[in-house]
Amino acid sequence: MDAQSLITFAIFAPLLGAVIAGFFGRLIGDRAAQLSTTALVFAACAASWVIFLQVFSGSLEAFTLQYLRFIDVGSFTAHWSARLDTLSAVMLVVVTSVSALVHFYSIGYMEEDPHKPRFFAYLSLFTFAMLMLVTAADFMQLFFGWEGVGLASYLLIGFWYKKSTASAAAIKAFVVNRVGDFGFALGIIGCFWLFGTIEFAELFPQIAAKSDVSVAFLGMSLPAMDLLGVLLFIGAMGKSAQFFLHTWLPDAMEGPTPVSALIHAATMVTAGVYMVCLLSPLYEFAPVAKTVITVVGAVTALFAATVGLAQNDIKRVIAYSTCSQLGYMFFAAGIGAYQAAMFHLFTHAFFKALLFLGAGSVIHGMHHEQDMRNMGGLARFMPVTYAVMLIGTLAITGFGIPGTYLGFAGFFSKDAIIESAYAAGLHNGAAHMAFWFGLIAAGLTAFYSWRLAFMTFHGPLPKAHEGAHGDAHDDDHHHEPHESPMVMLIPLFVLSVGAVFAGYVFYDAFVDHHQAEFWRGAIYTAADNHVLHDRHDVPGWVLWAPFVVSMLGLFGAFVAYIWKRGMGKRVADRGGPLHSLFYNKWWFDELYDATFVRLTRVLGDVFWKVGDQKIIDGFGPNGFAATAAHTARRLAKLQSGFVYHYAFVMLLGVLVLGALGLWLSGVWG
Amino acid sequence: MSIGLLTIMTLLPTVGAGIIYLMRLSAGANREGMDQSAKHVALWTTLLTFGLSVWMMIGFDDRITDFQFVEKIDWFAGISYHMGVDGISVLLVLLTTFLMPLCILASWHSIKDRLAEYLIAFLILETLMIGVFCALDLVLFYLFFEAGLIPMYLIIGIWGGTNRVYAAYKFFLYTLLGSVLMLVAVIVMISQAGTSSIPDLLAYPFAEDLQTWLWLAFFASFAVKMPMWPVHTWLPDAHVQAPTAGSVILAGVLLKMGGYGFLRFSLPMFPDASQMFAPLVFALSVIAIIYASLVAFRQVDIKKLIAYSSVAHMGFVTMGIFALNAQGVQGAMFQMISHGVISGALFLCVGVVYDRMHTREIAFYGGLTSRMPIFAFMFLLFTMGNVGLPGTSGFVGEILTMTGVYAASTWVAVLAASGVIFSAVYALTLYRKVMFGEITNPKLKTITDMNGREIAVFVPLVVATIVMGVAPGLVLDVTNASVAGVLDMMLPAQTMAHEMITDSLPTAALETMGTAQ
Repeated sequence: MDAQSLITFAIFAPLLGAVIAGFFGRLIGDRAAQLSTTALVFAACAASWVIFLQVFSGSLEAFTLQYLRFIDVGSFTAHWSARLDTLSAVMLVVVTSVSALVHFYSIGYMEEDPHKPRFFAYLSLFTFAMLMLVTAADFMQLFFGWEGVGLASYLLIGFWYKKSTASAAAIKAFVVNRVGDFGFALGIIGCFWLFGTIEFAELFPQIAAKSDVSVAFLGMSLPAMDLLGVLLFIGAMGKSAQFFLHTWLPDAMEGPTPVSALIHAATMVTAGVYMVCLLSPLYEFAPVAKTVITVVGAVTALFAATVGLAQNDIKRVIAYSTCSQLGYMFFAAGIGAYQAAMFHLFTHAFFKALLFLGAGSVIHGMHHEQDMRNMGGLARFMPVTYAVMLIGTLAITGFGIPGTYLGFAGFFSKDAIIESAYAAGLHNGAAHMAFWFGLIAAGLTAFYSWRLAFMTFHGPLPKAHEGAHGDAHDDDHHHEPHESPMVMLIPLFVLSVGAVFAGYVFYDAFVDHHQAEFWRGAIYTAADNHVLHDRHDVPGWVLWAPFVVSMLGLFGAFVAYIWKRGMGKRVADRGGPLHSLFYNKWWFDELYDATFVRLTRVLGDVFWKVGDQKIIDGFGPNGFAATAAHTARRLAKLQSGFVYHYAFVMLLGVLVLGALGLWLSGVWG
Repeated sequence: MSIGLLTIMTLLPTVGAGIIYLMRLSAGANREGMDQSAKHVALWTTLLTFGLSVWMMIGFDDRITDFQFVEKIDWFAGISYHMGVDGISVLLVLLTTFLMPLCILASWHSIKDRLAEYLIAFLILETLMIGVFCALDLVLFYLFFEAGLIPMYLIIGIWGGTNRVYAAYKFFLYTLLGSVLMLVAVIVMISQAGTSSIPDLLAYPFAEDLQTWLWLAFFASFAVKMPMWPVHTWLPDAHVQAPTAGSVILAGVLLKMGGYGFLRFSLPMFPDASQMFAPLVFALSVIAIIYASLVAFRQVDIKKLIAYSSVAHMGFVTMGIFALNAQGVQGAMFQMISHGVISGALFLCVGVVYDRMHTREIAFYGGLTSRMPIFAFMFLLFTMGNVGLPGTSGFVGEILTMTGVYAASTWVAVLAASGVIFSAVYALTLYRKVMFGEITNPKLKTITDMNGREIAVFVPLVVATIVMGVAPGLVLDVTNASVAGVLDMMLPAQTMAHEMITDSLPTAALETMGTAQ
């Protein structure tokens, strides 16, 4: 098959799977629904890799396929299409690979769930929407995919709809994303009025010529590129859970764990980073917007890492970790190192999916226990899970020997970001801040990642579970933690390979000497943007700094959770101000509840009970009724009263009109 | 001229009503058997009418700006029976005939009392609604426009809920106010222009100061119909009291008469006044979007919530119309059609549970998903349509109207866009409260999922919502030429106001500061 057919197949196969499982799941049965969706996504994955390898080897040129017209009003024209370039090819393999593995894993993880076809339909629907997003050739399809993945996320977070916390988290995710989409939609509309098109191929070439244009917005006159850049970035902040709009992501952990791995770690939440890289032709001319992205990304990287230090729910730790890693990607894009952002997105997909699915294996083995305080010593019960989690932890902490090509995936991508930030920071204050925030966050990352590993797999198993183990001969047997079945372990092996080698294999193409040949213009860098080159000239201590802080983090975790066991718990129990701040997630939820949520309720009530009922109805119809109460009573027999009056008025009108017509015909007739 | 397609289509429902009337006269004591056959007569009449309107769509040439299928018979005194459709009205006719058979089907078992009369009221209502959109004579339009409300009163007043008198009273009061003012305007227009023919009036240049008064008089009537803030409070009450099918027609078709009126009369006939009053309309639209969304969020009655959501969505329509550019007006047209389908479907969703439990109180429900998976899918789809999710028809109208209005005022666009957040809040909260959670109310433990008849009602609506969402060109191509025609009539006014807001000049929206080279 040619690349055009392959990409079409890759995009629509998951949709077909979703339709089969969603509408015919009950007809064909659970197993058939699982197998058909999984097989179709694997096929899409194979097609994506074929395309990617052709792009990687340089044998395939970028192209755009147009399927159907979407919206077309004046020059506001959009199509359903498939855009293939290096950016979308990278995303294709990330999305389909993780999705295929997650589908496969879910066959085991969701074994006892009564709604399997629905679950697999949602997963496949998500995959389709995500593929539409990454292959969009214009803003409308991008927005379709953007909100489509939001819908799938909503459905999957609320998958266990009977749980009140799950449905609340689902709404929160949707609404917070809508806050982002509010900015995103305005950015799209602003682009349309500035460029007269929403199609990337027509829009990007115009940017350089209009880079100095200012536009009127809310009574101000603002530089167009910065305004549009910031508006669009608000969308990215929602989707990628950046500071201020991050509150939905930890709550999204209410969804089944495979969902967290696919949507809330590897793919959907990276859509914002992807969008910023895709729009690099615009951002390269928007210095203020880039600064905003750098600052927000850096703050998120550090903020989320601090919260991750103090959480006890295994999934929430990883969720905050995701939030923090997305912050790295954003500040990389903000300083102009889009390639490094995409590289981290790529490697992060493997090791974060691995960590989540590993956590899922732990949760599965512990019979739906998620609190790490109730875990410990699991290494001996689930050695395979332990091994792959160690690989994931080494990858996320960026373990590797500086100055060499020896290291796990995160070593290559995260260090590329930190070095770039240092290089850019020599003449850019925001980038300098991002360097230091990123460096500190790297140490915190090591601490919370190893803390997770030590609390879960090392030390003694807490009493409740130990007791169950002691009675292993009795019918309590199944309470003993157990290793997961092969159907869940195989995806972990595959992802482990990615977490080890994805950095080493693709380093050169993504961010090093051959990056220009690899990206082939899919990412635009301005003539004065040399950040990827400059990072090679950073002093030696910058290369070693991430290594040192991550060793410190590891050492800290080792001391607090293994060497001086109980120290971590004592610090938590003492509940100092810093611990409270981190443990309570900087009180963002409380703040938002007290302000936005409350305000919405109060305003709704005031408008309804005062505005509508007291003022409008009070002075309007009800006031009228009060003064003419007896009339109203007389008219109570509605079918005679009102209608006759009304008909009378109308007939009177017709009579007047008729008379007028006669008079007119006398005059003009 | 012989009798044409539009006349047949308009009168066919009344013929059906006549047959039912005769059946009722001759049935005597055997009401039950008569009711059964009356339902079939009504269903087949509406289906046939729908078939005719599909035939009309096939014959409709969307490249022509002018009226098509024109019929004209002189009556008396210069007033004529003059019918015809263009791109603005043809889809509203189709929407009406599309919703009617679904309304009849939805009433199949839920109306027990005086069924024949109920069906007659609906069929006559259909005639009048089609007439409104087809009339090309101002007097004829006025007749259809005002008479159409009588069957609606009856439907609310006789087959409505417990508080139907108050609801009908409010409806009456507001509409009366609007129609008296409109009547005066109609009289003035005819005496000024010397004709009641709409095509002729479209070409007649009304003096600028007269336009102001005529615009305001028409505005009073159309604003009540839309309804716009602050003359919207009749709508929640009317919806709550109306039977399901009544709500579907009210939301689906009757509200669209306001938007149709703006596009048919206000914009092309009073272009200067429309230009002048656009800021007023923007202000009221934005208030409607935000205010009604917030009020919707706090409702305890499902139907009231959806009614307030209608007010908010109509805000996008008025905002788009007065953006006075292709995106805005096309978006408004699309939003009208889309809202007709989606809000109609949402009211039918309420009807499904109301028929089973006889309450619309949100707190009564909860956890329905586990017993009603098919219903859960349908309700979710239309909730998402209401929220404006891309891929459903709800999205296209919202994004186009916001695009249109952005060129006129970024403030309006920003405030309207915030309404998109609130719509997610109230719509998803409603869905959560009704569908998610465990079933705790014992009365719900035996509730049954949708039956075949109900699914048959929803399938066309599902198809319409998704097809229009994925291929909106099906609608936009039809309206394109006529909307362009209306905007052309606006052009002189816009040039005079020195505010070029046209699609062809996107940079006009910019304040170019010059390129500092």
